Amino acid sequence: MEIKVDKKINIKGLVCPYTFVKSKLAIEGMEPGEVLEIILDYPAAATNVPRSMEDQGHKVLKTEKINDTDWLVVVQKGKE
Amino acid sequence: MDDFTEEQIERYSRHIILAEVGGKGQKKIRDASVFIVGAGGLGCPAGYYLTAAGVGRIGIADVDTIEISNLQRQIAHSTKKIGMLKADSAKSTFEELNPDVKVITYKERLSSKNIMDIIKDYQIVIDGSDNFPTRYLVNDACVMTKKPFVSGSILRFEGQVTTIIPNDGPCYRCLYESPPPRGLVPSCAEAGVLGVLPGVIGAIQATEVLKLILGKGDILKGELLIYNALKMSFKKMKIPKNPNCPVCSEKPTINELIDYEAFCEVRPY
Repeated sequence: MEIKVDKKINIKGLVCPYTFVKSKLAIEGMEPGEVLEIILDYPAAATNVPRSMEDQGHKVLKTEKINDTDWLVVVQKGKE
Repeated sequence: MDDFTEEQIERYSRHIILAEVGGKGQKKIRDASVFIVGAGGLGCPAGYYLTAAGVGRIGIADVDTIEISNLQRQIAHSTKKIGMLKADSAKSTFEELNPDVKVITYKERLSSKNIMDIIKDYQIVIDGSDNFPTRYLVNDACVMTKKPFVSGSILRFEGQVTTIIPNDGPCYRCLYESPPPRGLVPSCAEAGVLGVLPGVIGAIQATEVLKLILGKGDILKGELLIYNALKMSFKKMKIPKNPNCPVCSEKPTINELIDYEAFCEVRPY
């Protein structure tokens, strides 16, 4: 099923914890229920960003390695 | 948040990560203003941490100059600054730590004549004064203007902190109705202090201020936190609101600020 994405960020080149800092700042500016798409290339962030997003009340819809270097993480904003 | 520069995002990243702070909380911190009474043992660490936290505007009041005996605990000052005004020294130290923060100095003695005009420009007050006239002046001024303030005090190995929210809980006079009589007050010269003690107490005061700004957590409202460094114990004591408090009750008997005479017999302030 196609997921409607409301906002996209590309944080390739960033390492932890800035991957999460940037993702968090992006999702803070969105409404509950809206969907954020994150492209990242720091391997540890592919597990840390989704985990931290879940910890802070958001829903991870997808985590996927999309090519040799990059991951796609799709997160739906939770309630404030 | 687009409003923060990349450098600020990095500087405050460990705040932004926290669920209770985030970018929104960091903006509240940036937009906040705090007035600190005294650039001494308590004011130095409290102001230093609030500067590090990115509080937008910090006012600091002190009339004294730095003496070598201050340096055992007043960490914003330094040996080469002996003789300099403490307020100026604190400003330069704080601004060196974080250029985002605007530091405003007040180098006049606080009294009934100037305190109202000064605190009106600030959201929260920290009392780090070392004398009773100022302590009561700050309490009464904050109660009269309904300004939250965090009171701290230190002596030997023991420190106390309480947070006063006027109209919502007790004030300092509910705890100690009036200054102790002359002679009962130990002067600073008689009473030593472990240098690190004000670091702990000042940091707790700064913590209370940040929670007030963020609107998160439990604050020391109606409670006195007592820290004993020798025993390494923290105790909390309930402070009841005095229904007949001379300043914060429904029928206050003190309606004007009082300039008490300085008690410290060795040197004033």
